[in-house]
Amino acid sequence: MPEQTIPESTSVQDAPISDSEVLLTVDHVTLRFGGVVALNDVDFEIRTGEILGLIGPNGAGKTTCFNAMTGVYKPTSGSITFDGTQIAGSKPHQITALGIARTFQNIRLFPEMSALENVMVGCDARNKTSVLGALFRMYRIWGLPEEDLPRNPVRRALAKVIGVSRHEVEERRSRRKSWELLRFVGIADRADELSRNLPYGYQRRLEIARALATDPKLLCLDEPAAGFNPAEKEDLMGLIRRIRDRGLTVLLIEHDMRLVMGVTDRIVVLEFGSKIAEGAPAVVARDPKVIAAYLGEPDAA
Amino acid sequence: MDFTNLIEGLAGFTVDGLTKGSIYALVALGYTLVYGVLRLINFAHSEVFMVGAWTVLGVYTAVGAHSGVGVWLAIGITLLAGLVAALVSAGTALVVERVAYRPLRNKNAPPLIVLITAIGCSLVLVEIFGHALRVFFGAPFGRSAVNIPTVVPTREVFTIGNFNMSNIDLIVILAAVGMMVALDLFVNKSRLGRGVRAVAQDPDTASLMGVNKNNVIMLVFIIGGVAAGLAALLHTMKYDFAKFDMGFLIGIKAFTAAVLGGIGNLRGALVGGLLLGVCEVYSSALISSNWEDVTAFVILVVVLMFRPTGILGESLGKARA
Repeated sequence: MPEQTIPESTSVQDAPISDSEVLLTVDHVTLRFGGVVALNDVDFEIRTGEILGLIGPNGAGKTTCFNAMTGVYKPTSGSITFDGTQIAGSKPHQITALGIARTFQNIRLFPEMSALENVMVGCDARNKTSVLGALFRMYRIWGLPEEDLPRNPVRRALAKVIGVSRHEVEERRSRRKSWELLRFVGIADRADELSRNLPYGYQRRLEIARALATDPKLLCLDEPAAGFNPAEKEDLMGLIRRIRDRGLTVLLIEHDMRLVMGVTDRIVVLEFGSKIAEGAPAVVARDPKVIAAYLGEPDAA
Repeated sequence: MDFTNLIEGLAGFTVDGLTKGSIYALVALGYTLVYGVLRLINFAHSEVFMVGAWTVLGVYTAVGAHSGVGVWLAIGITLLAGLVAALVSAGTALVVERVAYRPLRNKNAPPLIVLITAIGCSLVLVEIFGHALRVFFGAPFGRSAVNIPTVVPTREVFTIGNFNMSNIDLIVILAAVGMMVALDLFVNKSRLGRGVRAVAQDPDTASLMGVNKNNVIMLVFIIGGVAAGLAALLHTMKYDFAKFDMGFLIGIKAFTAAVLGGIGNLRGALVGGLLLGVCEVYSSALISSNWEDVTAFVILVVVLMFRPTGILGESLGKARA
């Protein structure tokens, strides 16, 4: 690569990997669509608490790799283990329940829902109310903290006597959590607007809030900085670090090299569906194969 | 054109139309919900309604209902029949989904294949009631209409001018509108409703956000089935018969109502249903009852010419409070 701002800290680079540190293992995964090999024997690990960058030229298989991890595609061969569970071939909602959440390269919000509702759909991944529970408001709960009771004083007094339905409690908690997340990503000022009417930058951050609402252990961000200006990218780097500080592990697909080099602990490089390099940003950036992949072979240039 | 006839009996014709339209609207719910989530026109839905009517007959026969029972018993029997019809219709809808549609979905079958399957399911159900059950059980199954005993006799509730509001009309309209309001609240205010809207707007993303798509689809078939079962009960209260092919015309009309209001839109189903019912009755008052079906479809064509997405023209996903 050409000139890069290379971060000083590369301490994670050579740390020995013990099994307890590994959150997700992609083990010799191959994915074919007819004759096209989208992923060829890809093999890497994500360690708990790190920010791992997944980079490569267009069409290298980065998003396909995300799709295999989140249950959109089933690998032709190989296995993916998350937190001790084999997930290759599981349904997307089951993988979400295990703790992987993602955002999308092309924004895919629920366009006709408000920002708040979008995040609440994410929260629902952790809620339990059944069909009958939602219809008839069964499962009444007593002795809840004040914040889980209705605001209206009459209803609050009543709730202390006859209890509150689990559906209502879950809705109130989801709402509170959604507001907190909207503030966390910095878009709470337009929480009630339909997501399709939000500005582009807000939509990108709303996707992150919605993914966080599913309480993931691993957050996969698919080109979150696409279309951002330098100042927005700077904000996004801060946000990604704060997400890690909440105790999450982050997998980041990104084209912007400055951002990737600035925020990740390690980088995996794909080209034509195969892994060609892996390591600390500073090391990867000097790797001749990576430079060749991005700029073309020296003799061909 | 007999305008004096229409004007003189306007209130009566309107109520008649609203009653008819309420039943269309309840059946239309099933079309609109399934279309909103799956983009599939579930042609078997008219038979879910037909099964409901037979179930009502079955319950009445089992408890030995007749028009002479007391008020409280009549209410009890009617509620029981409604409950059983709702359950059986929902069950039928669910069986069709599990046996016919889900296997096709899992194999990513093209939409046309699923559509043909829906028509096939409809024919199978019709022939079960029109032929197969007769072979095994004899009458009352078969190809002729069967009379359903009147449990709640028609009475006048109130009178305005020369117009008498009957209890049946009142019950039908209130039940249909009540069900619509409840469903609207459910879809817009509850967690599961949010899941339904999420799947309607973007099924794949909803799935990646933890929504169990198949549960939402089953829920939608169940709600549609319950509405069709209740519609069948209301239909028997008003028209007291069951017939193997009774679903056909009502199904087509309900589907028309759903398209008229904007298919995929819950409130559209109500608006479309009521509008269709009223227009039909007005046209039969103006010209003759032979013209009501013609009117229904002329209205459909004209509305779609100016508003191709229907009157309210939105999807289920867009249904908002």
